Amino acid sequence: MAKGKTFSKPKALSDAHTHYCPGCTHGIIHRLVAEAIDDLGIRGRTVGVAPVGCAVLAYNYFNCDFQEAAHGRAPAMATGIKRVRPDLMVFTYQGDGDLASIGLGEIVHAANRGEKFTTIFVNNAIYGMTGGQMAPTTMPDQRTTTSPFGRKADEVGMPMRMAELLASLATPAYVTRQAVLRPKHINKARKAIKQAFTYQVASRCFTFVEVVSTCPTNWGMTPTDAIDWAEETLLPYYPLGEFKVPE
Amino acid sequence: MAYEHCIETERCKGCGLCVAVCPKNVLELATEVNTKGYFPAFRARPDDCIYCAICCNMCPDVAITIAASEDESA
Repeated sequence: MAKGKTFSKPKALSDAHTHYCPGCTHGIIHRLVAEAIDDLGIRGRTVGVAPVGCAVLAYNYFNCDFQEAAHGRAPAMATGIKRVRPDLMVFTYQGDGDLASIGLGEIVHAANRGEKFTTIFVNNAIYGMTGGQMAPTTMPDQRTTTSPFGRKADEVGMPMRMAELLASLATPAYVTRQAVLRPKHINKARKAIKQAFTYQVASRCFTFVEVVSTCPTNWGMTPTDAIDWAEETLLPYYPLGEFKVPE
Repeated sequence: MAYEHCIETERCKGCGLCVAVCPKNVLELATEVNTKGYFPAFRARPDDCIYCAICCNMCPDVAITIAASEDESA
């Protein structure tokens, strides 16, 4: 028999069953973060900051310290934690409604100040928890509950590319966009998240990992159709790769 | 070296992502529900399984694990 692989749940992930919808890729991203924490052996000194959004209950799913932030204010809270205790590993876990909309000021200024924490930005092009409203990252002509005839670019502009936006700042940072749509994307995303935490361990710079994700429920698709749609529609507009690496 | 492929039925939400990515078409969704009302995945053709762990990687709910044992019977 060919040599197989073993697989077990990372220790940084708790035993709790997640509340996410079937096929929601939040669970994959949670696992990748937990694997990075395990690999670097930093579970005892890691603090996560949960957002408002679908991941609002993320503190139930990690075996590390967690703090819940007000809507969009996770980077501000992470700044405080990291400045008071630079020895702690701090990461924020935010969705696109949280980070790109109400929390835009916080994330841009945290990145511009070069705060040495990690942001995991889950981009699924829609507001999930609140019921599928249009987000700043919603694609043109994408139907949502607040754009029932599709997003009109001439009325509300084009979707925001957060990784490119933050990469344009002059302050050194690690900015990358990954996806969790296919197994090959997942392997690359795992490396990127670990790289981000590695930079933080070395106190190098602000680190930002955008992850292109799916929302089958609010897109009105089956989980497998949502993956296909994301690959056909989101990936051409949100190219994957590293946009900025510290010198 | 033998491998033990385990799908935790109560964790599974029946999203079918593992079924879609399996390179050997081993997995299928069950026709009976678990206690949460989902149709969980199961190995319909376990003999074809190559233990590549791609299903484990794709599962959003960490419901699939593969353990290695020293048992030589497999």
